Amino acid sequence: MDKRLERILPRVQKPARYVGGEYNAVMKDLSQVDTRVAFCFPDTYEIGMSNLGMRILYGIMNNMEGVWCERVFAPWGDMEEEMRRAGLPLYALESGDPIRDFDIIAFSVGYEMAFPAMLNMLDLAGVPLHASERTELTPLVIAGGTAMFNCEPIADFIDIAEIGEGEEMNVELIELHRRARREGWTKQQFLRAAAQLDGIYVPGLYEVDYNADGTVKSITPKDGAPKVVTKRIMRDMDKAWYPAKTIVPSTEIVQDRTTLELFRGCIRGCRFCQAGYVYRPVRNRSEKLLVEYAKEAIEDSGYEEMTLSSLSTSDFRPLVQLCDDLEEFCAQRHVNLSLPSLRADNFSMALMERLQKGRKTGLTFAPEAGTQRLRDAINKNLTEEDLLASCRRAFAGGYSAVKLYFMLGLPTETDEDVLGIAEVASHVMHAWRESASNKNRGVRITVSTSWFVPKAHTAFQWEPQIPKEEYERRVKLLRENMLTKSVTYNWHDSDTSYMEAVISRGDRRLCRVIETAWRKGEHLSAWEEYFSLDRWLEAFEECGLDPHFYANRKREKDELMPWAMISSGVTEQYLWREHERCYQSVTTPDCRTHCNGCGANLLLGRPCDG
Amino acid sequence: MAKLRLLFTKEAQASYISHLDTMRTFQRVFPRAELHLKHSNGFHPHPIISIVLPLPVGQSSDCELLDFETVEETDGAGIAEKLNTGLPAGLRVRECYPVTRPVREFTFLRARLELLYDNGVPAGTADALRALFARETLMIEKRTKHKELAQIDIAPLIREMTLTEQDGSILADAVVAAQNPGLNPAYLAQAIERELPSLKPDFVRVRRTEIYDTEGNVFR
Repeated sequence: MDKRLERILPRVQKPARYVGGEYNAVMKDLSQVDTRVAFCFPDTYEIGMSNLGMRILYGIMNNMEGVWCERVFAPWGDMEEEMRRAGLPLYALESGDPIRDFDIIAFSVGYEMAFPAMLNMLDLAGVPLHASERTELTPLVIAGGTAMFNCEPIADFIDIAEIGEGEEMNVELIELHRRARREGWTKQQFLRAAAQLDGIYVPGLYEVDYNADGTVKSITPKDGAPKVVTKRIMRDMDKAWYPAKTIVPSTEIVQDRTTLELFRGCIRGCRFCQAGYVYRPVRNRSEKLLVEYAKEAIEDSGYEEMTLSSLSTSDFRPLVQLCDDLEEFCAQRHVNLSLPSLRADNFSMALMERLQKGRKTGLTFAPEAGTQRLRDAINKNLTEEDLLASCRRAFAGGYSAVKLYFMLGLPTETDEDVLGIAEVASHVMHAWRESASNKNRGVRITVSTSWFVPKAHTAFQWEPQIPKEEYERRVKLLRENMLTKSVTYNWHDSDTSYMEAVISRGDRRLCRVIETAWRKGEHLSAWEEYFSLDRWLEAFEECGLDPHFYANRKREKDELMPWAMISSGVTEQYLWREHERCYQSVTTPDCRTHCNGCGANLLLGRPCDG
Repeated sequence: MAKLRLLFTKEAQASYISHLDTMRTFQRVFPRAELHLKHSNGFHPHPIISIVLPLPVGQSSDCELLDFETVEETDGAGIAEKLNTGLPAGLRVRECYPVTRPVREFTFLRARLELLYDNGVPAGTADALRALFARETLMIEKRTKHKELAQIDIAPLIREMTLTEQDGSILADAVVAAQNPGLNPAYLAQAIERELPSLKPDFVRVRRTEIYDTEGNVFR
């Protein structure tokens, strides 16, 4: 172990996250390695190790001959300070080697607020921040993950963005980079060739011009780069590699359990949901294969909990069958099955009986809006009766706590909709009185609201975020009307949601803002303790840009979006139609009822598995 | 059903795994080795294991003990080898055997401290430290469970102490009380800092090397 590191570790919180050596961490003989990849997650170890995508790509890269992929996470503030003081550059967990000497530095980014942490990690590594300052072929800085559907705010810092699912694209890119190094290509030669791979976006090959009002005037590809980069997907989930043998951390992480991914995509079409659009089309894994994977993963990891993961797990047709097929195996090993999310309209008795045996503490539902009109407008196809029926079933089955998630500031929201949230809570309370199997335990109903953030590639990408004062007024209104006893009301802090709304639909000019904010101390902005709105506002002021332009402005139908060169496969016409239907409070049926023609099935070349 | 004990090493990266995380890590290793542990009854059943004397984070050890109960009948043969295929780097099971002696008989532990001086060991350090640890009373400051600072005399808890100088460092071989009350060997370095500030080492490595019963025989 590095002597500097040995001296630092006794002084920092949770040192186990900085040393590697976990069960199933991949070690390789350097004499057999010609490509070193630093796989960076711009958040802490506990968050990054909970990410399934990271585990999949880590496995796939390390399965490639000659490639050694190692993990790198953002250090917590105390560790960062110690590293800077000791002059210890950012290192990879497996080898302990500084990542500035690696061939490829690859980021997995799921969240815009992690952008400053990427800069911080490059800086800690001693790698120049700007792509233009890195003239050599190595280290190549690439990024993937959901946040890349609009990566314009970091376009100056990355050489390449991978759009969509990385399993195949990542391998192709690494092979191309290996060839470029072998044949002595220049970095420009390599980038031009990479831009020809499906799903690869090279920001430096696009010229962006602006109108006088600050909107984007034109996006011009250069050097043969495609006009539109369409995301990659795994067409056949039964052929998508599953990490049955994966790292088991030696310290507690956020999702400290085995994860089984049932399917990708979501049939629902909620108009606000970026994941719901960009992960289309729906692709299932076969139930038989899932049973095999589950057994393998549980046996290898030794975990006593497995989560059945996807965007909307209870929509998986053979879900009850899957639980039954695993029951005996799990019972012998004391393994509990859990679901990350439940839909309130298909939460059945059959499912409840199979989950979390003995642990009937709480259930979480997300009605998102307080009235039927608004739920229809956002296409959350859920009726209050469905929700109450599910709650009754849960209370009758012994559950005594329900969490309800809502958003404030959704398009078309009125005070009536806000007050509707309090009514829903009181009806849930009533449902408990009617059906609780054991009233002596009491009931806890928690209502949480967040401030709606419009996202790129959704039906609401044209929508303004409501101003902060208005959001706070609605919170206050709801707070004053949340009169039911046993109901706790929590609301989300507004500053982060505002900056998220700015960055998520930002353009390239935000690169300067992000760099400025980072220099002012935004190192781990996804964490409230390291986030300061004042720092961000100062950065905007210094760069001469107005954050309201990005967060609170209504875009016109024909406005050229900064991310127009990226396609999720869902057509802009479809998004606009959904946007209009919102204002008519007209719902669109889920993809299982019938195909609505969003366009994403064209990526598949067949109807999707909705 | 069998009550078994593991003797294991915890070093290098694994020395940074906390006590609770070490428990969790072992809970997962047993099923990986296809051993079924006895679980607690009640609402949240969990495998019953216990680590005899938690090792402070950052210290290494050649002689950690962990007790557990299996559903199967076994004398522990072959278990160490099986477990070792599923452990993180720095954790290694040395032996697995049926429990014969109660934990309360474990009385002393031997620890090796490396006191590192980056600019060379100041002249006379070994003698000064010998004198220090030979004192009748030796007070240190320690936070109690109630977060208050307490003054504690560690002299009665030190049973043996041998100091030798070796290029750039002083090696301290100490036998100290293990429990009721025990002495975390890291406090020996704190005593130096308090009493002889000019001889404070720049860094201290601590390693448990053996454990004993009241008579001074090796405890297993």
